[in-house]
Amino acid sequence: MKKTPILALLAAGGAALAASPALAADEPIKVGALLSVTGPASFLGAPEARTLEMLVEELNAKGGVAGRKIQLLLKDTGGSPEKALSFAKQLVDEEQVFAIIGPSTSGETMAVKPIAEESGTLLLSCAAAEAIVNPVAKWVFKTPQKDSHAVVRIFQQMKKMGVTRIGVLSSNTGFGKAGKDQIAKIAPEHGITIVVDEVYDKAATDLTAEVTKLKAAGVQAVLNWSIEPAQAIVIKNIRQIGLDVPIFQSHGFGNLQYVKAAGAAAEGVIFPAGRILVADKLPDKHPQKAVLLAYKRAYESRYKEDVSTFGGHAWDAFHLLVNAIRAGGADRAKARDALEATQGFVGTAGLFTMSPADHNGLGLDAFEMLVVKGGGFAVLSN
Amino acid sequence: MSLELVLQYLVAGLTYGTIYAVVGVGFNIIYNTTGIINFAQGEFVMLGGMTAVTLHAFLPLPLAIAGAVLVTMGVGALIEVTFIRWLWKPSVLRMIVITIGISILVREAALHLWGEQVRALPYFTGDEVTSLDLGGVRFSPQVLWSLGVCLFIVVALWAFFQRTRVGRQMRACAANRDAAILCGIPTRNLVTLSFVLSAGIGALAGAVVSPITYTHYGIGSGLAIKGFTVAVLGGLGNSFAAVAAGFLVGILESFSVWLLPAAYTDAVSVTVFLAILFFRPSGLFGSREIARLKAY
Repeated sequence: MKKTPILALLAAGGAALAASPALAADEPIKVGALLSVTGPASFLGAPEARTLEMLVEELNAKGGVAGRKIQLLLKDTGGSPEKALSFAKQLVDEEQVFAIIGPSTSGETMAVKPIAEESGTLLLSCAAAEAIVNPVAKWVFKTPQKDSHAVVRIFQQMKKMGVTRIGVLSSNTGFGKAGKDQIAKIAPEHGITIVVDEVYDKAATDLTAEVTKLKAAGVQAVLNWSIEPAQAIVIKNIRQIGLDVPIFQSHGFGNLQYVKAAGAAAEGVIFPAGRILVADKLPDKHPQKAVLLAYKRAYESRYKEDVSTFGGHAWDAFHLLVNAIRAGGADRAKARDALEATQGFVGTAGLFTMSPADHNGLGLDAFEMLVVKGGGFAVLSN
Repeated sequence: MSLELVLQYLVAGLTYGTIYAVVGVGFNIIYNTTGIINFAQGEFVMLGGMTAVTLHAFLPLPLAIAGAVLVTMGVGALIEVTFIRWLWKPSVLRMIVITIGISILVREAALHLWGEQVRALPYFTGDEVTSLDLGGVRFSPQVLWSLGVCLFIVVALWAFFQRTRVGRQMRACAANRDAAILCGIPTRNLVTLSFVLSAGIGALAGAVVSPITYTHYGIGSGLAIKGFTVAVLGGLGNSFAAVAAGFLVGILESFSVWLLPAAYTDAVSVTVFLAILFFRPSGLFGSREIARLKAY
């Protein structure tokens, strides 16, 4: 009588032990996402979040990767580096995620970078500042094109248009500061003089005073570097004050919502961007066209809103990660090595070829110069 | 700096100043009648803009704005009846914490209702690129609209408080609440009315500046702090001083861009505010004797 409970316990224990290895193999791979779905960078984070949710669902429906499903742990950072930092700690320490996609902005990425490095967690950032991958950190990668390349393409265009004296406006975020530094560094190489250089607050709601300063200085073109709604507000202010010069934006302008918000003022704005925005206007032989159209169709039919370059960055990050897991297995070090060895991956932002010295993988040609025409995007023709 | 440039900065300053002035006036109306500092004031501005955009989808613009004002007034009354009416001689700190809590509630509800997207009403006249030319100074006609609305609010409030019976009753409430109760003035309803009025003017201002500044769920808290600064700067309790202070702060912020990087505009207005309070604690236009008699 006394023996049977012990035997039953042993049997139960044995069964449980036998079952657990199978459970471990079926456990989903945890992927964290730190995105600014709300807040000043919501035009970036919201499409990124939606894209990731769509892709994870699609992948899990096909059975996942390496025989395991993906579990997406999405955290809304509101564009705040402090929140991004605390969520990152939570994802790494409590959830022990395999990798993190995001953050959406450069300021947040720089805050989270040390955590990824210390814990050996793959970080695929959707933010643009060059400082994220320069100097190269072992576990940190980024999918948007380099802001220095964007600046070079803009200056090349300005030179073609005979512009030499410009006014620069930037926001006081990580992206804005990084852009401002790159602009100041690269301008002399292209014969461009920066006559006025103004920094505004990321939550600014009216920039008439700053634009007045530009008008007084008699600039030949305006270059604005930010990702907030201020991008749309500033071009309205420029036109309302009667400053009829070409307006250049950063590649942070790649969301049609900005054009809609600025209305008639957005006509003629020039900016470098990924080809997702003009996917249907590409020649059929273009290597990116099929990938871009597939993503565009899936996103627009599911969410009833236009694609943006930002959602594309999340698309690239997710697929690069999944390919790395396929090649290297669900092992952090092997996946990292596989990711670093990516060659010619066709993404939305361009063709990615990574190396130990280059954790971004995109070149100058990843950008296309676009212009706003008739409330939509078109390729700039000179 | 040429005269044209000075005027251009002035116009920019007046644009910012309108919204500060109206929020400041809203603070004062409620403070006068109840002694409460209502930090949810900024949310009324946000609700006015967002509701107007939603209503504009199926109503013509003037009706959409009128509807938004009415809806926000309703929200103001609801807030008063639900949260404020039950309190019995609350302390200042308790009231501040309660109204900050209300503002957070309203903000999160707005986030759920409207999402994180930025919205704007269309310009009342013209579009995003029209601009008027007044002696070399160029600005959007929407600036004139917002100044006009601000003027209308100030004049209408003045007429209400001076000429109508209910307005005079509210002033009696503000002067001495116990005496007003003894005179048979329905103070509890007047408290609700003060919230309704504040909500209404906040909503109207929110609707008229939304083409310029865009509205989204989060603009309320920053505006509440600015509006409170402006109300105290003018002298708490004096509505017309709040208007003057609002424009003063707006103009100061605008001109500061000439000398300092634009990211410091908030720092400038707060520094001026602190400096003035240091020398005149009762505010620019507040009277020292009256300030001493007030609860705080």
